[in-house]
Amino acid sequence: MSELSELYQAVILDHNKKPRNFHKLEAANHTAEGYNPLCGDQLTIYLQLEADAVKDLSFEGAGCAIFKASASMMTQAVKGKSKQEAEALFNEFHRLVTGELDEENEPNQLGKLTIFAGVREFPVRVKCATLSWHTMHAALNNHEKVSTE
Amino acid sequence: MATTIEQLVPIKPKAPDVWDVERIRKDFPVLSQMVHGNRLVYLDNAASSQVPQMVIERGSQYLKHEHSNIHRGVHYLSMKATNAYEGAREKVKRFINASDVKECIFVRGATEGINLVMHGYGRKFIGAGDEVIISAMEHHANIIPWQMLCEEKNAKLRVIPMNDAGELLLDEYDALLNEKTKLVAVAHVSNALGTVNPIKEMIERAHKYGVPVLIDGAQWAPHMPIDVQDLDCDFYAFSGHKMFAPTGSGVIYGKAALLGKMNPFQGGGDMIKSVTFEKTTYADLPNKFEAGTPAISSQIGLGAAIDYLNIIGREKAAAYEHELLRYATERLSAIEGVRIIGTAREKLGVLSFVIDDIHPHDIGTILDQEGIAVRAGHHCAQPVMRRLNIPATARASFAFYNTREEVDALARTVEKVIEIFG
Repeated sequence: MSELSELYQAVILDHNKKPRNFHKLEAANHTAEGYNPLCGDQLTIYLQLEADAVKDLSFEGAGCAIFKASASMMTQAVKGKSKQEAEALFNEFHRLVTGELDEENEPNQLGKLTIFAGVREFPVRVKCATLSWHTMHAALNNHEKVSTE
Repeated sequence: MATTIEQLVPIKPKAPDVWDVERIRKDFPVLSQMVHGNRLVYLDNAASSQVPQMVIERGSQYLKHEHSNIHRGVHYLSMKATNAYEGAREKVKRFINASDVKECIFVRGATEGINLVMHGYGRKFIGAGDEVIISAMEHHANIIPWQMLCEEKNAKLRVIPMNDAGELLLDEYDALLNEKTKLVAVAHVSNALGTVNPIKEMIERAHKYGVPVLIDGAQWAPHMPIDVQDLDCDFYAFSGHKMFAPTGSGVIYGKAALLGKMNPFQGGGDMIKSVTFEKTTYADLPNKFEAGTPAISSQIGLGAAIDYLNIIGREKAAAYEHELLRYATERLSAIEGVRIIGTAREKLGVLSFVIDDIHPHDIGTILDQEGIAVRAGHHCAQPVMRRLNIPATARASFAFYNTREEVDALARTVEKVIEIFG
């Protein structure tokens, strides 16, 4: 069960149960929808971009624990970041969950997002972890819809 | 060339007197492996079932000693291959009690069978303003072809609704049938819910309007005997890989009179009598519908799977499975927080469930770590999920080689899932 406990850590289970920034953001000036047709995970990202910085963001949606916890922690991590910083973090996160980034030996800005490293042992779940990030990226770049297929 | 029934294959499992499941399991090499340090518990049979040694050996014997192209029989090997392939068709005929072997068309699986009827029958005989009836619990394979047809022909797709238990509302079905109805296409058993539909009754009612009926039998064929003459269905589709044969095998049965007047499905070699650039005359049944070189070894494997089912005894297998499904339903229902999806009075092979506040994919991942294979998702039946207002389910589906101990392992691990998620 060690890989399992690595995947379903307490922090992830907590964010699944009580997702942060889980509401519609009235002040949003960018939104995007994400959908994973394989498993049905879906969400909307609401993003308030001011002077090229993410002043606020939130999400609504439904899906598995990995998806929901990832979306919740993504909103916390990206809030207050510049567009460029948010994109760079997305890149690092993507490399983390696909096993391309060695979080212990390579300098990175991931902070507590490194708990998603366990996802790399479950290749079919990578899309669950990255859907909200792809959708955030789409909202930043004015794409309205994202599909992981 | 004479078509003879192929020789019996050398490996013959002995028919057990009582259901000796451990003896049966030995026939399936895949079942003895370990997954993530645990013995494999394979409960994804409704997606694809495992293949017994006898079927593996038959395919291997074909590839080692008989492989050649069929129906071009001037040489020895081609005759061997043709005999084996046509021998499998004979077995299919007896398996479904068709009145004639030419009514059994080999296809890649139930999906291709349904598409064959859509193209051959639907596109020829269904037009603007006509109606096609399907049900609320169809697999996408029995929805999308008809949607495509209706869009192309400006016909209308009508849907028989179901209740919360997952049973079709037959009064609503009666109300949908009318003189505009040109085809009814309905599942024998729902892949997402396990509901057994009263198809004999439904066929009878459609026939009162002279409407042909296609049955998607993919989830029935692995479990129970089929008698197409008794059902009086016009088409019956099933897949080999869900009934212990290799992928790429399957059958669409059709009444000869209907198949005869239909358009061919694909054009190509083997489906013709004569070809000139001006005109082609099509072959007789069943070749008219089998263009190109088919999946010869897979269909021979399907024949061997039928032999296997006959040897082990279909009725005994069905009785055992029935009891296993009952036991699994009882075990999972007893766990607090688990809700069974699909509670029809008559069910077969499938146990779909959800757990409060835990997504089926998380259930599936945790079960997998214990070596338990289930399907998590919408089961290619998104309208069913929408109707029942759930995003997805976890689905355990059974075969006669599953055991009570495996059901216990499933129940134990489901309890563990609930524990992990607190």
